[in-house]
Amino acid sequence: MAVRIYISRDAAAQALGADETTAALQLAAASKGTSITLTRVGSRGMVWLEPLVEVENASGQRIAYGPVTADDVPGLVKAGLFGAAPHSLRLGRVEDMPWFAKQERLTFARVGVIDPVSIDDYVAHGGYAGLRRALGMTSAEIVHEVLESGLRGRGGAAFPTGIKWRTVLEQDSSRKYVVCNADEGDSGTFSDRMLMEGDPLCLIEGMTIAGIAVGATKGYIYLRCEYPHAGHALREAIAAARARGYLGADVCGSGKAFELEVRMGAGAYICGEETALLESLEGKRAEVRYRPPLPAIKGLFGEPTIINNVISLGSVPIILARGAAYYREFGMGRSRGTLPIQLAGNLQRGGLVEKAFGVTLRELLYDFGGGSASGRPIRAVQVGGPLGAYLPESQFDTPLDYEAFTAIGALVGHGGIVAFDDTVDMARMARYAMEFCAVESCGKCTPCRIGSTRGVEVIDRILQGVEKQANLVQLESLCETMQHGSLCGLGGMTPFPVMSAVRHFPGDFSRDR
Amino acid sequence: MAATELDNDATLERILAEHAGMEGPLLPILHAVQETVGHISPAHVARIARALNLARAEVHGVVSFYHYFRQHDPGRHVVHVCRAEACQAMQGEQTEQHAKRELGVDYGGTSADGLFTLEAVYCLGNCAAAPSVMVDEKLYGRVTPERLTAILADWRSR
Repeated sequence: MAVRIYISRDAAAQALGADETTAALQLAAASKGTSITLTRVGSRGMVWLEPLVEVENASGQRIAYGPVTADDVPGLVKAGLFGAAPHSLRLGRVEDMPWFAKQERLTFARVGVIDPVSIDDYVAHGGYAGLRRALGMTSAEIVHEVLESGLRGRGGAAFPTGIKWRTVLEQDSSRKYVVCNADEGDSGTFSDRMLMEGDPLCLIEGMTIAGIAVGATKGYIYLRCEYPHAGHALREAIAAARARGYLGADVCGSGKAFELEVRMGAGAYICGEETALLESLEGKRAEVRYRPPLPAIKGLFGEPTIINNVISLGSVPIILARGAAYYREFGMGRSRGTLPIQLAGNLQRGGLVEKAFGVTLRELLYDFGGGSASGRPIRAVQVGGPLGAYLPESQFDTPLDYEAFTAIGALVGHGGIVAFDDTVDMARMARYAMEFCAVESCGKCTPCRIGSTRGVEVIDRILQGVEKQANLVQLESLCETMQHGSLCGLGGMTPFPVMSAVRHFPGDFSRDR
Repeated sequence: MAATELDNDATLERILAEHAGMEGPLLPILHAVQETVGHISPAHVARIARALNLARAEVHGVVSFYHYFRQHDPGRHVVHVCRAEACQAMQGEQTEQHAKRELGVDYGGTSADGLFTLEAVYCLGNCAAAPSVMVDEKLYGRVTPERLTAILADWRSR
């Protein structure tokens, strides 16, 4: 019988040589005369162990080896890889590894396990149970279920998903849309990408449920063009779903229609802002819209539109399959359920950890992340992307909870955590935050468009030692203007990383250079 | 407006026909043009504007708004170097500097041999294996200056 082998097709695994490892394995098997069945799966999230190779042993268990480069393959095969034999790279079952066992994988349950574009694999692992249940419910019941689950927008704004859905449901319109915001531009975040590459059908099912719930028949996934791999996976998965009747004019024989299309962005961070994204989908410059009206009332092409992040929509299938009560049992306070957290930057064990809300930064950085990759002390972490605050060590015990983070002037955002060691220059990071805002500003409002450029200049003067105190006062006042005067979060939140750097790391601004 | 040669460009006409009836077709059309032709020229803009009943300024405004769209052909390969925070936390600036030195250009420039256009990118979603570089559609992680030299050599030899 053929030996079953699993290797990730995730972009991060490919970036570390998974394709080359795959080729080497096929070559080694052929020359040895061993018959293998190789499945490309998503990533288990242990990026430091990629390329990860899993081999099914005689008792049907998947035994992991990693990181396996193409150069390791001949030695591994000689040692008995195809029989899951011992080796220094042998890790055992992924499920038994503490890093993995300590997680609560709800949204990411199938990622790394199944063939991402196989409907049979998806259904065998609980897929489409949510849609089946939804098809037996009324629209109001589906929306109520999402509302009751406590799910809040995972893109960063944390607005209750059910309320968006209810608003769209209440609109009387023959044309409604479901739009997925897959413009994951925040540095340090990659959970959207991993879900789209590792379990795209989960997102497709979530969007289908959303469409059925509010009476929308057309959905768009707006994907950033920096994610070509995710685009391929999504298109393959959509075609597979359509071929099996999970998408199309008659979803699962329900008589209800839902169609889905992937649209590529063109390199504009601002498209992560939902109204800018809608402008872009309509074929315009991605300039932020004034609101009201809300997209739920007048969204894409002026019609009522559900617009949710990938992880929000990807959490819907399990909520419908297991019930709202099951999902809301996870978490703390008003942050219910789980969050796929991304450990990035200077960490020994970077990757994706899905945990219930309430886990502390310290647990994530040290228990999961293993401390810094460089071996030096972690000095600062940025949580929630380029608009998130920089936090010093004294705040590492903050639990991941929307309200707890707001209380310390920070944000959970999309759950990305970027760690920096003690070589980081926080004044330069503050300058970068302003520079990034200037590069990515859509230009519609003055505080963001002009303020960001002035911000770079003010910080440059501080770095050059020109009237440091006066310029620090100026910087604070500028940040205040940007925060309160900008139309959207880009200009409005760039002050978070800037001012948190000033507050928590004043020495980096005052020292002579 | 005077007809240009490109009005008769079969490729552009085919692309326009393929997108007829699509909702919000402008970005998909621009992507298709850039993918097949390599860039989006003023003549393309004029023809697309006419097909979609838009002003040329509106189409040009969209082309110039997005970082990804280009109005001139790039080198044979496009090298995207990530400048975002997670890469900076792993000495990505050294990789950036090295890329500029090795290719002899700044961001937006094309190496003298016409092989590589260097572009800055703000996050490739590979933040747990930083610094990241993407050459065309191939992504690379943990790209130290030495590894970048090897990667570029590999692409030169293709």
